[in-house]
Amino acid sequence: MRKLFEDCITILSWFAGLLLITALLFLVAYLVYRGGSSLNVSLIFGETAALDALLLKRQVFDGIFPAIAGTLLLIIGSMFIAIPVGIAGGIYMAEYCSGAIKSLFNLLFDILAGVPSIIIGLAGLLLTIFLNRHFQGQIATCLLVSCLSLALLVLPYLIRTTQTALETVDPVIRKTAPVLGASRLQNITLVLLPNAISDIISGIMLATGRCAEDTAVIMLTGAVATAGVPHSIFGQYEALPFYIYYISSQYNGPDELAQGFGAAIILLILCTGLLISALWIQRRLTTMLLYR
Amino acid sequence: MTHRAYSVSEHLFLAAAVISGLLTVAVFCFLFLFGLPLLQSGQLTDLLFSPWAPAKGLYGIYPMLKTSLLLALLSMAIAFPISLGCSFIITSLAPVRLRGFLLAVIRVMTGIPTVVYSFAALFLLVPLMRNLIGHGTGMTILTATPVLAMVIAPTMILFFVNSFTRVSTAYTLATDALGGSETQKLLYVILPQAWPGVVNGVLLGFGRAMGDTMVSLMLAGNSIGVPESVTESARTLTAHIALVMAFDFDSMEFKSVFVCGLFLYILTAVLMMLFRMSTAYFSGRK
Repeated sequence: MRKLFEDCITILSWFAGLLLITALLFLVAYLVYRGGSSLNVSLIFGETAALDALLLKRQVFDGIFPAIAGTLLLIIGSMFIAIPVGIAGGIYMAEYCSGAIKSLFNLLFDILAGVPSIIIGLAGLLLTIFLNRHFQGQIATCLLVSCLSLALLVLPYLIRTTQTALETVDPVIRKTAPVLGASRLQNITLVLLPNAISDIISGIMLATGRCAEDTAVIMLTGAVATAGVPHSIFGQYEALPFYIYYISSQYNGPDELAQGFGAAIILLILCTGLLISALWIQRRLTTMLLYR
Repeated sequence: MTHRAYSVSEHLFLAAAVISGLLTVAVFCFLFLFGLPLLQSGQLTDLLFSPWAPAKGLYGIYPMLKTSLLLALLSMAIAFPISLGCSFIITSLAPVRLRGFLLAVIRVMTGIPTVVYSFAALFLLVPLMRNLIGHGTGMTILTATPVLAMVIAPTMILFFVNSFTRVSTAYTLATDALGGSETQKLLYVILPQAWPGVVNGVLLGFGRAMGDTMVSLMLAGNSIGVPESVTESARTLTAHIALVMAFDFDSMEFKSVFVCGLFLYILTAVLMMLFRMSTAYFSGRK
């Protein structure tokens, strides 16, 4: 009886694994089957010449170039805000904080990491409404608000990865420099950070992937269906995930649908690419930096 | 060690941490302040358990609450056994080379955008469900369930595998020496040792299932009635928030969004505290 039970568990486990992998392969195959034919230069630039579009000489109307540009700007903007704050916060948590304050901060960052992204988007929207009411300015949802919200979304990941990376540095390495007379700050910048750099960079790449994929935040804070390439950070913008969502509900005809599938493939490649390189860096960069 | 003044950069480290912590609190305060009029207008129980009927002045979030819980529990019911099975394979059933490969695939799965999952499912599952049910659009709770299960499974698997591999090798080697099979080792040695990790993984998975927006927004149909069965179109809390742009900014509908937000925020905070408490409790007992 017991033998039968054990065999069942073994078979069911393999079945579960097979099911998940099959579902994944089926999904990717379906995306490629539907969108593979639309993957070419005209998917991105439409009728416009590629060089003109890249130099912003002419607007792209029937390609997804504005959406790709919007997503890249979002990534750059939000990481520009989140990386310094996240790493500085992580250093404080690992090296200076202790006791009850530390567990309070830990809990706060865990909550922030667990809060659904739509709530972060809602907070961004509220901030805009609040500013609008109190300063009578013509502040609307825009690229800047989205970048701030996305930065808040990935902040806990950056703090946590930096903190863990610093805390897991070999204690022997950690204590050597202070014994030789280095200050606490010198120890951090010259010894601990270089030792933890691969974990920190891989955390940054994971956070970048999160910025690129998130739809819930940007749909409340300024992403729109048609805006062209944004000219200022106070303008509305297009973004890949929002474009995919928009196409799914509003497509006219098979051509637009194929474009939607093409955009889905590009976003999939962007996000998984970032993730794979994060995993790869974690393994390789350490050796590169320590033995150069 | 002597006390000395912190340098400028050390003050900046402190500032970064404090600002990040304050922002977490600020999000809650924002939601609370904007949701206050609705919280004051009626009793809290009314809000949580009354239906959505703007004509009668009722802005209860009960339909969304029920849908969210139903969808999260159903997808957990699918994702939990699959995650447990997958983590069994990755921990010990599969040949060593395959384990690493499978783990890498699962890791990469955590990075697949939910909007891509939902987009594909919209053209794969929805027509299928439409034919199966025979009426309606095919966008139902049941359509969103397997997709949501696929979204939360990788997170749970990584957590399970992590807690399984932390079981002391003294135990696992002893089982091997006694001639136990891999399955016996998993069932009678590793699982009893690592089940706190399983509990924590389930807590995190449930939190993700309740918090996911795109899957339910794109696949569950978003109609606002109380769902009577899983083959009906329904709206989750997160989807209700996502549709906020459709409301007038001074209306009660708009304010009800913040009650949904507050509920999700508090739920996350409670889940996280449970998570920390169980981690502390189990690590203290060992």
